[in-house]
Amino acid sequence: MELLAVLSLPLLGFFLLALFGARRVAPELNISISLATFIAASLLAVRVARHGPILVLHDQFFVDAFNVFLVALTAFVGLTTAIFSRPYMRIEELHGRLTPRRLRLYHAMYQLFMAAMFLALLTNNMGLLWVAMEAATLSTVLLVSLYRTRASLEAAWKYFILCGVGIAQALFGTILLYFAAEKALGSEGMTALLWTHLNAVKGQLEPRVLGLAFVFLLVGYGTKVGLAPLHNWLPDAHAEGPTPVSAVLSGLLLNVALYAVIRCKVLVEGSIGVALPSRMLMGFGLLSAVLASFFLWRQRDIKRLFGYSSIEHMGIITFAFGLGGPIANFAALLHMTVHSLTKSSIFFTAGHASQASGTQQMDGIRGLLGTSPTIGWGLMLGSLAILGMPPFGVFSSEFLILTTAMREHPGTTPLLLIALGVAFAAIFSRVQPMVFGDKEAQPLPHSPALVPVFVHLALVLMLGIYMPPALAEWYRVAARLIG
Amino acid sequence: MHLLHPFTVPVINVLNLLAACLLLLSFAMLSRRRTQRLITLFAWQGGILCLSTSLVAYSSGLHELYYSAALTLLLKVITLPLILRRLIYRLGAEWDSETMVNIPVTMLAGLMLVIFAFGLAQPISMMATTITRNMLGIALAVILLSFLMMITRRKAVTQVIGFLAMENGLFFAATSATYGMPMVIELGIALDVLVGVFILGLFFFQIREQFESLDLRNMENLKEE
Repeated sequence: MELLAVLSLPLLGFFLLALFGARRVAPELNISISLATFIAASLLAVRVARHGPILVLHDQFFVDAFNVFLVALTAFVGLTTAIFSRPYMRIEELHGRLTPRRLRLYHAMYQLFMAAMFLALLTNNMGLLWVAMEAATLSTVLLVSLYRTRASLEAAWKYFILCGVGIAQALFGTILLYFAAEKALGSEGMTALLWTHLNAVKGQLEPRVLGLAFVFLLVGYGTKVGLAPLHNWLPDAHAEGPTPVSAVLSGLLLNVALYAVIRCKVLVEGSIGVALPSRMLMGFGLLSAVLASFFLWRQRDIKRLFGYSSIEHMGIITFAFGLGGPIANFAALLHMTVHSLTKSSIFFTAGHASQASGTQQMDGIRGLLGTSPTIGWGLMLGSLAILGMPPFGVFSSEFLILTTAMREHPGTTPLLLIALGVAFAAIFSRVQPMVFGDKEAQPLPHSPALVPVFVHLALVLMLGIYMPPALAEWYRVAARLIG
Repeated sequence: MHLLHPFTVPVINVLNLLAACLLLLSFAMLSRRRTQRLITLFAWQGGILCLSTSLVAYSSGLHELYYSAALTLLLKVITLPLILRRLIYRLGAEWDSETMVNIPVTMLAGLMLVIFAFGLAQPISMMATTITRNMLGIALAVILLSFLMMITRRKAVTQVIGFLAMENGLFFAATSATYGMPMVIELGIALDVLVGVFILGLFFFQIREQFESLDLRNMENLKEE
């Protein structure tokens, strides 16, 4: 029941906002739909925590500890982003960058995007997972090009073509998976692509086919995760799209794409053993983390900077999943949570910071503390959190990942440390003058909603200092599922 | 499990012939400069796909495949070429051609890709039933050739045709190697493709408005300083 609500509420929201999205109440409508979705998602999470995994509608939908945690996170960040976007988009409208018609498109596509992500997370069918990922791409293409400037069109085109090609590779991988599954399960209707059914017979799937399938699936969905060398779309899309979209792209879509990769990895490991998939994940993860940390030095645009930081963190998470084992998986899941909370809060403040300064170029943003202390402190604390400073949750997960890497693959630790160190120096040296420095920023024409920023950061802080036992248990169960 | 009828030799021969035609059409697309010709070739690819799907449907006795054949006919032979033609007509880009492409070099690269694709599909072909032996290799080759086309071309419309041709290759892999994906997924994929083309259609006008041309060489401003 809750599951159907989670799936249908955003879809309903899409239709409502497609009709009324240009009205003055549209942002409030957007928030209330996101709130309803969040309530449904929490109820679903409680139910799964109490009664274990759920399989419904002829096994088409499947909820276990792993995906319900992502559903709850997605719904939560979806809600806070909706709250943030109300004043943000109003300011954009006051600045003359958007018209009511564009706002209607924005609100409708926002809900469609949420619906596509929930479908991708909840479906048990590997084919539907692909369809939902493609739908998520298509709905965000229009969001990235919302300003209709040259740069945003270019970014959206790059995003569409690169992710389109990537997702086509994933489809080929899915076809190969079906090809292998058909031999083991028979082509009885739809069942041969159901993840739970595949998981039950994964030992009998033909290893050679699955090996090739995994390469295609990893490259395909990996493009959407933003793994190097297929990451080119990510900084552009983050920099040129409206800020709420950057926040949900970084905070949610990357997680959902990584979720798809991990679901595939679980199947493939059952057939060909852990060696190849884990090595590939570790390789791609390390490459992305190191490459992105060096690219951080060359950024001038604040949102591009944090876009590259997302690539770095997704690389670290992918690496941790590659390490495998209960501790690394636990750390990876924790890092997914804290990264998504922290990064979206950073984008919230970065968006208002560039509105106050009238530019996204970091050289033009100075002295945020002087004009608006909340934005300044939010950006500073968010940056410290994302850089892995101790009291925050990012520190705990990165520490766990590092220690596990030291024990299992000592050779990789220097690379990881280099990536973290370089990223620290690059981001901190940029954020410091933006926050302190001489006063240049102008006050905003409409007061911003910064409650989400501090709620996110407080949660990240809490996860770093004290993790509720129920939550820890939940992560542990999910980590065991991934194997 | 469905009891699949064993394929008779003539059926396999015809399927192989169709597969070869598909590959040939991909090469033809690589060698064409004019957008209009590309759309025609794309429609032909769709026709071949429709034929091969119906043939597989007929000889395997899986009747759902007739629906996917009909879907292919409707979408890839009729609707999409129509939309694309109207788009380039309204954009006044009918006689646009790519001038910067070195066709012989592209063809050579294409040949390499085909060899690579067959090499990659070899181990899987060994375990496949007779019908699918060459099909996976050809499907992969078509995908890679379309990919090559997307990389080498600089016009927005051409890149989209390359993208759609890639989807054709994927569809061929799905029908020939696995007797089709489940219907719901095929519908979902078809819907995504259609929506994608509509969005791109919108895009073309915006790009045209902003850049006064559909040439993607103008779109190289976003990079690292």
